[in-house]
Amino acid sequence: MNTLLIVLLIIMEISQIHFLYVTVRDALNQALDEELERDERVFLLGEEVAQYDGAYKVSRGLWKKYGDKRIIDTPITEMGFAGIAVGAAMAGLRPICEFMTFNFSMQAIDQVINSAAKTYYMSAGLQPVPIVFRGPNGASAGVAAQHSQCFAAWYGHCPGLKVVSPWSAEDAKGLLKSAIRDDNPVVFLENELMYGVPFEMSEEAQSKDFLLPIGKAKIERQGNHVTLVSHSRMVSLCLDAAAVLAKEGIECEVINMRTIRPLDAEAIETSVMKTNHLITVEGGWPQFGVGAEILARIMEGPAFNFLDAPAVRVTGVDIPMPYAKILEDNSIPQIKDIIFSVKKTLNV
Amino acid sequence: MRKMLTIISNVLRGSASRNGAELVSEGARVVVSARTYADFTPQATFDIKKCDLHKLEEGPPLQAVLTREEGLQYYRTMQTIRRMELKADQLYKQKIIRGFCHLYDGQEACAVGIETGINLSDHLITAYRAHGYTLTRGGTVREIMAELTGRRGGIAKGKGGSMHMYTKHFYGGNGIVGAQVPLGAGVALACKYLGNNEICVCLYGDGAANQGQIFETYNMASLWKLPCIFICENNKYGMGTSVERAAASTDYYKRGDFIPGLRLDGMDVLCVREATKFAAEHCRSGKGPILMELQTYRYHGHSMSDPGVSYRTREEIQEVRSKSDPISMLKDRMLSNNMASVEELKEIDVEVRKEIEDAAQFATTDPEPPLDDLCNHIFYNDPPMEVRGTNPWTKLKSVS
Repeated sequence: MNTLLIVLLIIMEISQIHFLYVTVRDALNQALDEELERDERVFLLGEEVAQYDGAYKVSRGLWKKYGDKRIIDTPITEMGFAGIAVGAAMAGLRPICEFMTFNFSMQAIDQVINSAAKTYYMSAGLQPVPIVFRGPNGASAGVAAQHSQCFAAWYGHCPGLKVVSPWSAEDAKGLLKSAIRDDNPVVFLENELMYGVPFEMSEEAQSKDFLLPIGKAKIERQGNHVTLVSHSRMVSLCLDAAAVLAKEGIECEVINMRTIRPLDAEAIETSVMKTNHLITVEGGWPQFGVGAEILARIMEGPAFNFLDAPAVRVTGVDIPMPYAKILEDNSIPQIKDIIFSVKKTLNV
Repeated sequence: MRKMLTIISNVLRGSASRNGAELVSEGARVVVSARTYADFTPQATFDIKKCDLHKLEEGPPLQAVLTREEGLQYYRTMQTIRRMELKADQLYKQKIIRGFCHLYDGQEACAVGIETGINLSDHLITAYRAHGYTLTRGGTVREIMAELTGRRGGIAKGKGGSMHMYTKHFYGGNGIVGAQVPLGAGVALACKYLGNNEICVCLYGDGAANQGQIFETYNMASLWKLPCIFICENNKYGMGTSVERAAASTDYYKRGDFIPGLRLDGMDVLCVREATKFAAEHCRSGKGPILMELQTYRYHGHSMSDPGVSYRTREEIQEVRSKSDPISMLKDRMLSNNMASVEELKEIDVEVRKEIEDAAQFATTDPEPPLDDLCNHIFYNDPPMEVRGTNPWTKLKSVS
């Protein structure tokens, strides 16, 4: 057994296969570091991003390396500092504006939508706004109603914005780098519960120029029987559910959306035309949500005729998030909910 | 012959009233055209009102030097704004301009005075009463009017309208009250970051002055010493609400608390100029932000849908017009100091009127934007994409 292991390691060394496990947090940190180094106009501002190393430690070490000019601690004044960030972007800098959680972005949402998203259009192309708004989005653990809302649908509604929702460490790194290099306002929805999760980081992803395109989904798992479409943390649950279902001979195709807006409808349609069944899985509320949009698109597009059953959504429960663990656990989709929905859809 | 003309001109000049009486005779007109510019005073010094100061040891100078060229230029620009706004009023009533139209007539000395106190390479942002600033910041009357009428020749190709006009280093034209203030501080942050010695002038009205985000901005601008001149254009009414009914403290120049402030007469272009120069120097020397309150007045209502007489009296409006009009004030100063002649100023009026007429002509005849421009300008520097139309079968094209 041991010799087998040693032989394996030697073979790996020889063939230069380096498996690196990187947490989502570290991947984000790398992306920030690399982009700050690459372009002097890039800077980060937000609450506790500098001397505290980031409320969730995403910006750890950056203030020490880049100093006060590039990493700026702000007072607790979201509307003010989001507006300042947008103004700086209009005047030629490339700010990254962190919201400690996207719940607090509601204080500043006018600046995100009316000052950032719409300006390039209103000015008929005279005034671009190259800004990234980032921070944790959606449910966490035990933080109750005011700190648990998912904003994917709210921001995904608005033309002029790009809205990104990474899942893995590679997603986080490649998409954040693309978001920072994008000349348009990008809302970058992270997830607090994913920060500490390690993922394999390929050789390619370790490069300083590793970029992932915004607007392209990824098939995380191939399957023939049903398409599961998800974003952010729920992708993990879909993969777990798929593993369980595989034992029963049900093969799920799991699509990681990666981007909310622009939505990669083509990837979803192609998959549905293969599997004939669709279930969307999200943490946010059902009404007017991400899943609702996907279902509408499928209805309106070529994949409709390939459905053997109505497309359905698995979503958070339509209530403000409660505190007690048993209540909270039952407010968001669990693996068993996905399995249940798959079996209902497949009528098994 | 020349000597005789000069004698006649001196006689006629001596008998003409200084305050703009018309010389109607043919002979006088001939004489006037032979007058050389050497007859005018090249420059004069004027006393200007002292500013109220807040957390400042000294303020702007109490005298301003005005050259003939400057005076004529300020006069022309203010008159252009005045006529442009009045033309917009006309076009609005003819329903050729639609939606919101917030007119600036009465406040010309603010826009013109501020611009003369800074450089074109500096930055400026204001709220929705922005036509005057669009002009002083480099826009042309043609493209401003065509934007108001929603034509393809508009400064924003017809996609922005009255409240969303932009030029280089002019960030609009902003519709959400108060939102422009943090934006302006952000522009100032960029100036400091890039070390280019430029500053940002950030305007808001007496109505906006109570917005929370403005106080958030005061705090950060002051903490980070941003080169930002905050300017409150106090025209005494936030839409239909007088300042006394909206603000617990109407000393807007003090509302920045830890930020030094000045309050001055916004109807006097020289006052505004000197204060702006003073403020710009303050910012450029790294002292951080400064606040100016310009006391001014708008002749029109809040917008074209507001007659402007339900919350103020016609007498009040008339009194400001007759006693404090910014253009008349400048005109009187120049004439009484022999810096220009009545005819010369009238000639400028005629030229301005013509420019406005031509612009209005363009603005009413230029075609509307083409429908295939509908979905353009969503994203910058992006490959072309598809945008959903009003129904699933309609896919529209969008380019950067």
